[in-house]
Amino acid sequence: MASAPKPRVKVPKTASAGEVIVIKTLISHEMESGQRKDKDGNPIPRKIINKFSCAFNGKPVFSCDLDPAVSANPYFEFSARVPESGTFTFIWVDDDGSVYTDEQSIKVE
Amino acid sequence: MTLSRRRVLMLAAGAAAIPALQLFPGAAFAAAEDVTKMMADFSGGKEPQTGKITLTAPEIAENGNTVPISVDVDSAMDGADMVDAVMILADGNPRPEVATFHFTAMSGSAAATTRMRLARTQNVIALARMADGSVYMDKKEVKVTIGGCGG
Repeated sequence: MASAPKPRVKVPKTASAGEVIVIKTLISHEMESGQRKDKDGNPIPRKIINKFSCAFNGKPVFSCDLDPAVSANPYFEFSARVPESGTFTFIWVDDDGSVYTDEQSIKVE
Repeated sequence: MTLSRRRVLMLAAGAAAIPALQLFPGAAFAAAEDVTKMMADFSGGKEPQTGKITLTAPEIAENGNTVPISVDVDSAMDGADMVDAVMILADGNPRPEVATFHFTAMSGSAAATTRMRLARTQNVIALARMADGSVYMDKKEVKVTIGGCGG
């Protein structure tokens, strides 16, 4: 692997109570599809992120099952309802069992 | 043996057909039955209806490696009017499944955007399963200039 996957998440700093906000996430990952062959003709084994999930204060918000047809450096944009101040947690699960996480807090004004 | 005009034309047509077959060996791409079966598994055998779900995809994708797509389902995401999951399929990829989004009451709205790979010009299909079990579908053809699955 080139380098450890690095998650990047964009969450607004503040929101009003009950507001629906947009969250953008990106993680660096080659998403090797398992369809490609190396220069000797041997198939390159599949290695992708197969699951992404987002929770707010422990309650699930959005999740996604990924297949090899998702592009390298998987990007997601989705919405979330913010009832109170709290923390969003983001989890990416790799085929090899590695888990990458990130956290972002938001304040309700 | 004399070469009649008909025979010459038949030979030419045969020669043209062989490279076309080698370019697209049937086994490498998803069969139509696979897509139908995945849709049936997801919808629980229900016939998908049109409307409610909107799939946004470019008409022409120059690079099949990153094709931006968005889905938006018209739903209040509250009480009974909820979207359970949205599945994205690409019927011309080696494996048609792309991604499945799961929404909750905390999602606020059933909309998501991501980027996908397309091996060649094909249909992208989005299926939405509502909390009451009804299924809605939208479909877009995307023309791909350079395929995105490597060789």
